Amino acid sequence: MNIVVPIKQIPNLTDELEINGDGTGLDHDALQYVLNEFDEHAIEEAVLAKEAAGGTVTVIGVDTTGELDGALHTALAKGADKAARITGDFPRGTDSHTQAKLLANAIRSLSPDLVLTGVQAADDRDGQIGPMIAAHLGLPYVGVVTGVAVKDGKAIVHKEYAGGLMGEFEVSLPMVVGVQAAHQPPRYAPVSKVRQIAKTAKIDEIAGDEAAGAGSTVRRMFKPEAAGHAEMWEGGPEEVAEKIAALIKEKGLLKG
Amino acid sequence: MSNDVLILAEHLKGKVSDISFEMTGKGRQLAVAFGGKAVAVMLGSGAAALAATLGADSVLYVDDPALAEFNPQAYGRVLAALINDRAPRLVMVGNTSMGMDLAAGLSVTAGLPLMAYVNGLAAEGGALAATSQIYGGKIQAEAVPDGEACVVSCLAGAFPADAGRVGAGLVPALEQIASPVPLADLQIKFVRMIEPQSGDVDITQQPILVSIGRGIGGQENIELAQELAEALGTAVSASRPVTDAGWLPKTRQVGKSGLTVKPKIYLAFGISGAPEHLEGMRGAETIIAVNTDPKAPIFDVAHYGATCDMLDLLPALTEKIKA
Ligand SMILES: Cc1cc2nc3c(=O)[nH]c(=O)nc-3n(C[C@H](O)[C@H](O)[C@H](O)COP(=O)(O)OP(=O)(O)OC[C@H]3O[C@@H](n4cnc5c(N)ncnc54)[C@H](O)[C@@H]3O)c2cc1C
Repeated sequence: MNIVVPIKQIPNLTDELEINGDGTGLDHDALQYVLNEFDEHAIEEAVLAKEAAGGTVTVIGVDTTGELDGALHTALAKGADKAARITGDFPRGTDSHTQAKLLANAIRSLSPDLVLTGVQAADDRDGQIGPMIAAHLGLPYVGVVTGVAVKDGKAIVHKEYAGGLMGEFEVSLPMVVGVQAAHQPPRYAPVSKVRQIAKTAKIDEIAGDEAAGAGSTVRRMFKPEAAGHAEMWEGGPEEVAEKIAALIKEKGLLKG
Repeated sequence: MSNDVLILAEHLKGKVSDISFEMTGKGRQLAVAFGGKAVAVMLGSGAAALAATLGADSVLYVDDPALAEFNPQAYGRVLAALINDRAPRLVMVGNTSMGMDLAAGLSVTAGLPLMAYVNGLAAEGGALAATSQIYGGKIQAEAVPDGEACVVSCLAGAFPADAGRVGAGLVPALEQIASPVPLADLQIKFVRMIEPQSGDVDITQQPILVSIGRGIGGQENIELAQELAEALGTAVSASRPVTDAGWLPKTRQVGKSGLTVKPKIYLAFGISGAPEHLEGMRGAETIIAVNTDPKAPIFDVAHYGATCDMLDLLPALTEKIKA
């Protein structure tokens, strides 16, 4: 089975996100980029599917940071077999429509049975890449999926609705899946292994064509002006515990 | 192009989802500004009665056995055909489990821009501006479509639901049609619904919840939260990463794909406050957030907050409660 995992690097959300000078985007140069957390799950699910049914896993991304190789090497260390980088003039923060088009063009020539993407990324202002890749390739798509099992040219996927309710679907391959969570938490790749792979791994280079464009223009980017903000309690754990306990008592919620 | 607003209504297990009413209400307002009509679209099988609850200018109900349950491919095909046929100015889809399978694909097949994670929509002099909530709720981006027509996917809870219910004075015209496209050859087949496990404590029934997020650090620390919950006579609930990791059962998850809780006190420890989490707990009476990051979005919805380390706070609070 030929499994392809398109990945996307996004700003590290634990960093302070600064808005650029003209107020229409992030100050990307000031940010550290990491792999979208749902892509970590897509990679894990791909490796699990390969382990269960055999095949190869190819991880592919648009190099918007100049640092994509790090993410690709990590994926290889986790069990992916091949890696590919789409190159071109695609800066940090390249929109989803452009990345999806570039990825779809590259993935088409790989003739995948299964394409596993992360269900969403924190910077998908113009939409998630999974359904877009599926539309470009003319393949069926199911997202918000927490489990994929492949058998006899078909995939059984579990899609999450609210409250723990799930829909089970049977899909004839090839298909594109938006992975919400893998069957098990993403495995850890030891740094030593990633370093070793970085020395020997071959990463295919694919020249990207033009940017598709988001089709919409950001006029203003800003931090939300919260309708309210928590009243902050100063002090260490003892003082804060004291305040919380007092409030619980005041609300009559202390047992006994 | 028409000036109409096409709204995809959702239903699950015989119930129309609130997002449908929320978008219908907002869509009607926008349609007035555009000089068009708000048309709610519902897909189903024998579900005309559900469609009749939508307070749009008109309701288009598409009936086909293949639409009895949500099917991304069937829904996608029907919507693409309707968009092609009616050329609406604006297509509104929920940024929900269902809508997330549709909006981005429709954007490509219909060749329309998509603005996703939308929690604000305004028509300024007839032109649309959409505000998206991105980067885990830390950033808002206000954008305009490059052309006139576009698709938006709307966050749950962004607009009032009551404005979109049928009410006095508004009796929408209900038009029932058969599917405009064949649905017999779908690659996606709905198999069954899998109900959530039962038998665990019901976190929606607790007056107080000790809720923990990724800040708990690891499975070995779960017992610190459990001890506090025990002292309070309640249960530990959690954000998604904690249940995904298997540190707590799925029945304890609060949020978009988990449960919606409204306790008197919600203790949010080590939870950043991603929109998908807030969806499940913002209705709590009092929210107390503890997070080492003073800029965490959770503090924008919490009533009280502190920036100490939850791993120090948990045992300290347990002591105080027991005393
Ligand atoms: C379709 C979909 C559905 C989803 N449904 C849900 C859902 O139902 N529920 C849900 O919760 N999420 C859901 N998510 C996931 C959501 O997007 C976030 O990834 C998730 O809520 C983040 O959880 P968190 O706040 O625990 O983790 P993080 O965002 O990683 O936050 C951890 C926080 O802990 C703080 N912290 C770290 N160490 C400490 C310490 N020692 N003391 C105090 N604070 C500390 C950090 O500052 C940080 O703010 C869904 C996502 C998608 C795409």
